[in-house]
Amino acid sequence: MSNSASITRTPIQSSERNPGIEFDIEWALSVQANTSAIERRCNALPGRRSIKKHHQAAWLLKAISCIDLTTLSGDDTENRVRRLCQKAKHPVRKETLIGLGIDPSTIRTGAICVYHEMVEVAVSSLIGSGIPVAAVSTGFPAGLSPFSLRLREIYESVKAGAKEIDIVISRRHVLSQDWKALYEEMKAFREACGTAHIKAILATGELGTLRNVARASRICMMAGADFIKTSTGKEGTNATLPVTLTMIRQIRDYYDLTGFKVGYKPAGGISKAKDAITYLVLMKEELGNRWLEPDLFRFGASSLLGDIERQLEHYLTGHYSASHRHAIG
Amino acid sequence: MKITEVLETMDYGKAPESAEIAKAWIEKNNARFGLFIDGGFQFPEDREYFETSNPATEQVLASICQAQSQDVEKAMQSARASQPQWEDIGGPARAKYLYALARLMQKHARLFSVVETLDNGKPIRESRDIDIPLVIRHYYFHAGAAQLKDSEMPDQRAHGVVAQVIPWNFPLLMMAWKIAPALAMGNTVVIKPAEYTSLSALLFAEICMEAGLPKGVVNILTGDGRVGEMIISHKEADKVAFTGSTNIGRRIREATAGQGKELTLELGGKSPYIVFDDADLDSAVEGLVDAIWFNQGEVCCAGSRLFVHEGIADVFHEKLRARMDKLRIGDPLDKSVDLGSIIDSKQLKSITERVEEGLKEGGNLYVGNCQLPDSGYYYPPTLITEVDPSCQLMQEEIFGPVLVGSTFRTPDEAVALANNTQYGLATSIWTENINLALDIAPKIKCGVAWINTTNQFDASAGFGGTRESGFGREGGWEGLYSYTRPANGMTDSIVQIKPKHGESIPADIGIDRTAKQFIGGKQVRPDSGYSYPIFSSKGTQIGLVGQGNRKDIRNAVEAANLAKTWGQSTAHLRAQILYYLGENLSIRATEFAERIVDMTGEGITSARKEVELSIERIFTYAAWADKFDGATHSAPIRGLALAMNEPVGTIGIICSDDFPLLGLVSAIAPALAMGNTCVVIPSEPYPLSATDFYQVFDTSDIPAGVINLVTAKHDEIVEAISGHMDLDALWYFGSSGLTATVEKLSATNLKRTWVNHGKFRNWTDSSQAEGKEFLRQSTEIKNIWIPYGE
Repeated sequence: MSNSASITRTPIQSSERNPGIEFDIEWALSVQANTSAIERRCNALPGRRSIKKHHQAAWLLKAISCIDLTTLSGDDTENRVRRLCQKAKHPVRKETLIGLGIDPSTIRTGAICVYHEMVEVAVSSLIGSGIPVAAVSTGFPAGLSPFSLRLREIYESVKAGAKEIDIVISRRHVLSQDWKALYEEMKAFREACGTAHIKAILATGELGTLRNVARASRICMMAGADFIKTSTGKEGTNATLPVTLTMIRQIRDYYDLTGFKVGYKPAGGISKAKDAITYLVLMKEELGNRWLEPDLFRFGASSLLGDIERQLEHYLTGHYSASHRHAIG
Repeated sequence: MKITEVLETMDYGKAPESAEIAKAWIEKNNARFGLFIDGGFQFPEDREYFETSNPATEQVLASICQAQSQDVEKAMQSARASQPQWEDIGGPARAKYLYALARLMQKHARLFSVVETLDNGKPIRESRDIDIPLVIRHYYFHAGAAQLKDSEMPDQRAHGVVAQVIPWNFPLLMMAWKIAPALAMGNTVVIKPAEYTSLSALLFAEICMEAGLPKGVVNILTGDGRVGEMIISHKEADKVAFTGSTNIGRRIREATAGQGKELTLELGGKSPYIVFDDADLDSAVEGLVDAIWFNQGEVCCAGSRLFVHEGIADVFHEKLRARMDKLRIGDPLDKSVDLGSIIDSKQLKSITERVEEGLKEGGNLYVGNCQLPDSGYYYPPTLITEVDPSCQLMQEEIFGPVLVGSTFRTPDEAVALANNTQYGLATSIWTENINLALDIAPKIKCGVAWINTTNQFDASAGFGGTRESGFGREGGWEGLYSYTRPANGMTDSIVQIKPKHGESIPADIGIDRTAKQFIGGKQVRPDSGYSYPIFSSKGTQIGLVGQGNRKDIRNAVEAANLAKTWGQSTAHLRAQILYYLGENLSIRATEFAERIVDMTGEGITSARKEVELSIERIFTYAAWADKFDGATHSAPIRGLALAMNEPVGTIGIICSDDFPLLGLVSAIAPALAMGNTCVVIPSEPYPLSATDFYQVFDTSDIPAGVINLVTAKHDEIVEAISGHMDLDALWYFGSSGLTATVEKLSATNLKRTWVNHGKFRNWTDSSQAEGKEFLRQSTEIKNIWIPYGE
C-alpha cells in the first residue's frame, strides 16, 4: 500500500497555527450574509456534484479520517470510552478495507472527542495510535460557569493529555453585540490552551442570524481559533449547510486577509454518508482540496461512521449492508 | 484509478447520466422524425431531411424533416378546424388535457432531460433540476388557468390559431411557455422548434398523442427559418408569438405589420447585474454563476453586464475570478459539470469573434482556469472588466458565457449605466438595504427584477421585456392576456371619416382665435409655419390648425420624456388632477358640445351626450388611478414575487377620427391615470375639440409636458411618430387605415403598439371603449422577486 499518507496526515500539524490578529471591528462587521442566497447555493450544491463508484469510496474513507468520533453523555464510563477508542483505531472492518485495496493500518478517525473526565482514559487507550484526544471544555455546552473555572478546565484537560480543546463561546456576547468581549474571551481561552489546538464552538443554533454567525466566526479567528465549529450537538439546530457555507466563507476571507488557514468542524446532525460527501464537496468548492484534510476539517459525529461503513460494504459487494455487520463503537 | 490515488487528488471522477433510454427512443423512431400535423406524425414524400446532432460530441442524433409550404398549409388548416371545438369545450375540459400533459411529462421527466441535454449540450443538472421541472410546473399552472378561465376571465376569449416560433436555448421550456397558456385559453397552435433542437418537441408530440389531445390542437413543424416565416405570415395565424433574437423579432414585426395579428416578442437582452457595497459579496459572486454561466450564458435574460460599486470592485472581481476557476466545463451528461457545450460551431465562432473584436476597444480579460474537452463546442467562462459603456462588449448581446463589467459611484450612476442599453429585459440588484433595493428596481428599464437573486422563473410570475427586448408577458395571470382578446364584439370595419370641405372664409369676424400645437405646457406655433382650415359640416371655415410635422413630434416627445416624473407622482394626486380635469370640462360642457355640432354636424343632443360621456370617462379613470393594483404572485419561494403595474412611459396616440372629444378622452385618461405622458395626434377631420381642450388642461394642474397635442394630417405624421425611437408605445385609433404603417415603423425600437386593425370601436359603448383593456395597454408589468429571510 503506497502513499497512504494523505489519509493519515497527523492532525493539526502541517499548517502554521493561526496566531490571531489585532481586534479589527470594522473588518468583522463588514460582512453580510444573505440567507436566501446562501440557501439557494446550498440547495443546488448536491445536484451540481455527483461522486460515484471508487471515487465515492475514496471520499468516504476521507470522511472517516476527518471524523471526531464523539461521546458526550452523562452516562459515559471508562469502558465505554475505551470501546470508542478501539473503534477510532479500527473504524472499518479489515476485510472491507483490504477489498478496497487499502492498508487497514492507515485508516483511523481524526480524533476522539470526550468530556474532561474521560480524557485520561482516552489518551491511554490511544497510545501509539497517533489519534489525538479532544476535550470539550469551558463549561460545555452552555459556557456559563465562572470564567476562572472555564480557564481552569482547559488547563486540566491539557494537563490530562488533550491535544485539542473544543471551547464554547459566550453566546450572550454575540447576541448583545459585545464583540470586544467575545474577542477577549476567545483570546484568553486560546492562551490557556498553550500548544493544544483550540476549536471555537459558536453554537450557531443559538446565534439567531447567519450574519451573527459570520461575525462571530471572524472574531474567533481574529482571536486565534485553530478551528471554528458549529455546534455542541446540544442546541435545537446543529450543523446545517447554510451555516457551513457562511462559516467557511469567513475562513476564506480570513485566509485572504492574513494567510492563516483556520479549520472547520460541523458538528451534530450529520449521520448519513451522503451528507458527509456533500459537506466535503462544499469544502472543496469553496476552500479547495487543502481543506479536505483532517488538520483543517473534521466532522463532529457519532453515528456517521456506521452509515459510511455500510456504504463502503455496499460498494464492495454490490449489496446493501446491515448495521449489525459492523462493530459498534 | 485506484482508491488510494483518488485519496491523493480528491477528484470528483466521472458521473455520467446514461443516454441509453434516450437513444433507444431515437432508435425506435429509426432516427428519422416527421412532422406532427393533425394529431399524428406525417412523412410527406419528397421532403428534405436535415441532421440534428449532439454539440458536445458532434455526433449526429437523428434526421429531421424540413417542412414545406403544403405542410404549413395542412397544419394551419388543422389548427383552424379544431379551434372552435377546443375553445367551446370550456376551461375545465381543457384543464384535464393540460393536467394530463403535466402528469405524463412528469412520468417521463428523465427521458426529457436526457433528450434535451443530448440535443442542446446543456448540463444534465440544468435540464434535470431546472428546465424540465419548470416545464412540468408550467403545464400544471396552466391546467389551473384553464380551469379558472371561464369564471375569472369571462370578458376575454381566445385569439384562435396561434403561430409560435421558439429558440434553441431552452427548447422544451420555451415550448411550454408558448403552448401551455395558448391551449389553456382555447387557442390551437402551430409551433416551430429551433432547427438545432427539435427532438424534445417531437417527444412532446408523442405525449400529446398519449394524452389524447384532440387532433389539430397542437401541430409541430420542424425546419429552418423559412418554416418560421411561413407560419407567422400565414393568413390563418391570428396571433404570433416569438422568442429569439432582436433582429429576427424586428423582421417579424415588419412582416406581420397590418395583417391583423396580435404579436408578442421575447427578444434579446444585455441585463445589468448591480452589486452595491453593502451586498453579501460571496452570494453576489455565486449569483453570477447562475446569472451568466447558467446554460453557457445562452440565456436572453443572462446577467451579462456587471456593475460593481467602485469601493468594493477589486475585492469583488478577485472573488469572482477565484470562483470562475472552480467551474467545471465538459460533457453535458456528466452530473458534475457546470457548463456544457455551446449549441453549435457557428455560435461558438460568433462568441469568439465578438470577444476578440470587443477586446480591441479595451477591457481587462480573465478566462476561468477550467479544462476544456478536446472536442465539442466549448467556450470557457470569461470575465472582462474595465469595459466602458461605449464599447461593443457592453452594448451587444454575446449570448455566451462572457461577462463584461464596469464600476459605478452612486446609485444614480448605477441606474444610468444599467439603462444605457437598447434592451430592457431583466436586472439583478444586490444590496442588504431594502430601501436601496426597492428604490432601484422600479428605476431599471426591464420586465423582471431580481433582488439578491437571479434567473428565477416560475409559471405564476410573468416574464418579458421592454424596449428592444420585446413586449408581452409569459407566465402568471398577465401572460394569459397575451393569449386572449377582449370579447367585446369589435367586428365591423371602420369607415374613413374625411375632413369637411368648404370655402376658406372665416364664419364670423370676431377676434381671431388661433389653434396652436400644445407642447411642453405651452401653446406653440407649428414648426412648419403652415396652418390648414377646418370646415364645419355646413362648409364654413371654423378654424385654422397648425400643420404638424416631424419636428413638432420631436419636440413633443422631448417634452413628454422630460415630464416623466408624472409616473412617480402618487396615484392619489393623479386621480385628483383627473377629477379636476373632468370638473373643468363640465364647466365648459355647452361650448364643447356646440363645437362638436359645428364640426361633425351631429345633433346637439348627441353632442351633449358625447361631452357627458367624456366627463364620465375621465371620472372613471380618476377612480381607477389608485385602484389598478399589482399583484403578489404565489411563486414557490420564501419571498415576494411582486407584479407591479408601471407606466409604459411615453405613449404616442393617434386619436379616433369620430367622436373628437370622447375618442381623445377615452385614450388619454387611462394613459394619464397610469402615469404615462402622451404625445397626442387629435382627430384629423375634427381637431378643434382637442385644441379647445388644452386650455382645460392648463387650468387643471396637469404638469407641463404630460400631454402634448400635435394637430396634423394622420398620413403625413404617421411616419415621424411611428418611427420615433424614444417613444415607448404607439396607439392608433384613426380611420385612415394606417395600422400597417404604424406596426411596421414601430419596428425601429420595437415599441409596443395597439392598433385597431381597421376595426370600428364604438366610443359610446363602455364595453369597447373603457376599462381594463385600456389600463393594461397603459401599464407594463414588472415582476420584482424579493426573497427574504434571516
